[in-house]
Amino acid sequence: MMLADEIREKRQERDILLMTHIVVGYPSFDDSLRVVEQMVAAGVDLMELQIPFSEPIADGPVILRANQQALMAGSTVERCLVFAEEVNRRFDIPFLLMTYYNILFKYGVSDFTGRMAAAGIAGSIVPDLPPEEAKDYLEAMGRNALEPIFIFSPNTRDERMRVIAKHAGGFVYCVARKGVTGAETSFSDEFAAYLARCRAATDLPLALGFGVKSRSDVDFLRGQVDIAVIGTETLRVLDEHGVDGVRGFIEGLR
Amino acid sequence: MTDRGYFGEFGGSFIPEILVATFEELVQAYEDARSDPSFWSQFVSLMGSYSCRPTPLTYAENLTKHFGGARIFVKREDLNHTGAHKVNNVMGQGLLVQRMGKGRVIAETGAGQHGVATATMAAKFGFSCTVYMGEVDVERQRPNVFWMERLGAEVVTVKEGTRILKDAINEAFRDWVTNMDDTHYVLGTACGPHPFPEMVSWLQSIIGQEARVQVLEASGRLPTRVYACVGGGSNAMGLFGGFFDDDVELVGVEAGGRGLDSSAHASRLASADATRGVAQGYKTFFLQDRDGQMRETHSVAAGLDYVGVSPILANLRETGRVRFEAATDAEVVEALALTMRKEGLIPALESAHAFVQAFKEAPELSSDDVILINQSGRGDKDIFTIADAFDDPGWKAFICEKARHYDAR
Ligand SMILES: Cc1ncc(COP(=O)(O)O)c(C=O)c1O
Repeated sequence: MMLADEIREKRQERDILLMTHIVVGYPSFDDSLRVVEQMVAAGVDLMELQIPFSEPIADGPVILRANQQALMAGSTVERCLVFAEEVNRRFDIPFLLMTYYNILFKYGVSDFTGRMAAAGIAGSIVPDLPPEEAKDYLEAMGRNALEPIFIFSPNTRDERMRVIAKHAGGFVYCVARKGVTGAETSFSDEFAAYLARCRAATDLPLALGFGVKSRSDVDFLRGQVDIAVIGTETLRVLDEHGVDGVRGFIEGLR
Repeated sequence: MTDRGYFGEFGGSFIPEILVATFEELVQAYEDARSDPSFWSQFVSLMGSYSCRPTPLTYAENLTKHFGGARIFVKREDLNHTGAHKVNNVMGQGLLVQRMGKGRVIAETGAGQHGVATATMAAKFGFSCTVYMGEVDVERQRPNVFWMERLGAEVVTVKEGTRILKDAINEAFRDWVTNMDDTHYVLGTACGPHPFPEMVSWLQSIIGQEARVQVLEASGRLPTRVYACVGGGSNAMGLFGGFFDDDVELVGVEAGGRGLDSSAHASRLASADATRGVAQGYKTFFLQDRDGQMRETHSVAAGLDYVGVSPILANLRETGRVRFEAATDAEVVEALALTMRKEGLIPALESAHAFVQAFKEAPELSSDDVILINQSGRGDKDIFTIADAFDDPGWKAFICEKARHYDAR
């Protein structure tokens, strides 16, 4: 089934879905696997697996440090792909890869997407690849029936949102605010107007990320978007309470 | 967004969606300025009254005699206000910031030159200013931190990654994605997403425009070869810009560090170690591992110590229009010593890379030949680094004494 339809179907049962994020190999591959286990047990609907990169320009300090530490601990692209294959085999939710374009480019976009498909990955999020630069990527993703997730931001104009939506698959990732991952977001009225613009630009499901970290944030998003994305906050929970703290945190969100 | 700034297969604009609108605005401001002749005349006049332009061309008579080959001329970018070519780009972008009506500028800096130039420009134009600098560079270029702070800039020490120039660039981008409404990012070299490579090269082309006229006047002919050091590529693009249409050989000199076979270097175009990649918003040759993770680089010159290189220069290597060489740390110190003794000129460690290659080639040319070296910056400001490079005992004793004084207080 196409990812968008899968999301719509799940939304029949739940009024908001949760997508969580991990940096693969942080703090270790064993811990990454246990975190995925906990998240799935806590009822997460989708997951982003971030392949670490040395120059993650769109990420804030928490995820940046996790990228660096994962690399220092020996996280390689190959190990991340093997990991992705394993979690996809073991757990019955859609997994997405998130990484920066150089990782795909260096591997070879065609080979990389081939590996993704073979691993059963649903799609990918590449934050430094706007659709204008994405010709090879889009062709390769299409050939492998993978969903290219693209991003809307509050300063994306309506017309551009429609262009982006034409290339997008699965869902559209709406960035809640300016800035990098991990900072505060105020969910204001202005914000509702932005979401309305996103909604008008595409029929695809909408995910909302950047700064979602509590039950009240998730409650606020109910009925407004299809998926709430919890990124940095789970890393903070992991750092403070260890792997065992993750499940309780996720269960408390919804 | 139709023209995304490709030079052959290199360049482009690989930016997060949140910055797309900001880049559209910048591209527009750049194109407007470029098609408005009054911008360039305002720029030239500002540089004339504020930064000693046109900078002189010096005939290096003693070095010419010493090598017994080509006549050697030196373009004196070191005589700019703040001591390097960096100020050309910075003042030009300052004028653009005025046009865009923004009130804050941010910059990355490696050697500290670009940071000092940006802090200076911000003081003059009344902008608030934040400069990002890697922790390693803060240590080796502490005097520049002092000047930036005195000039009113906030200097943020970057402790992420390898803690050098590329990491400072990442942090500047992180600031920009948060504060783009009122902030302009004054990128310091001919790298990064479109329009930076093209825009910075354009502003720096003032070097080559002047130099071409000056060489013709001084020697009656065009140079046989011109030499410039290559960090990100802005002083090289600036000088080369005067000679692209001429039958002049263009030579870019990168940091050979401890040698090209040592992996402790920063040669992206002269060595076989770099490969095509996409990072920091553009596509070029990067020093990276098999997975695409950026590697550590090394140079005695902080300003050349960078993993990527101008996409325009990457393309000019592919087309064969520019030749690339590398100079090692040891060769650089030797060329610097010789230039000081023979000419009383003190090139920056960065610029001394260009001198190394010119000195290697001058003897094989005839006295009819003319070669031109870009002295992109002055070395006397970098007294701590250069004293270290020479391992000067008198200087070390002085610093220890000075430290004792501070301790005693
Ligand atoms: C004096 C001097 N020359 C050269 C460079 C290298 O930069 P680019 O290659 O952009 O000219 C620097 C950089 O800081 C510098 O300070």
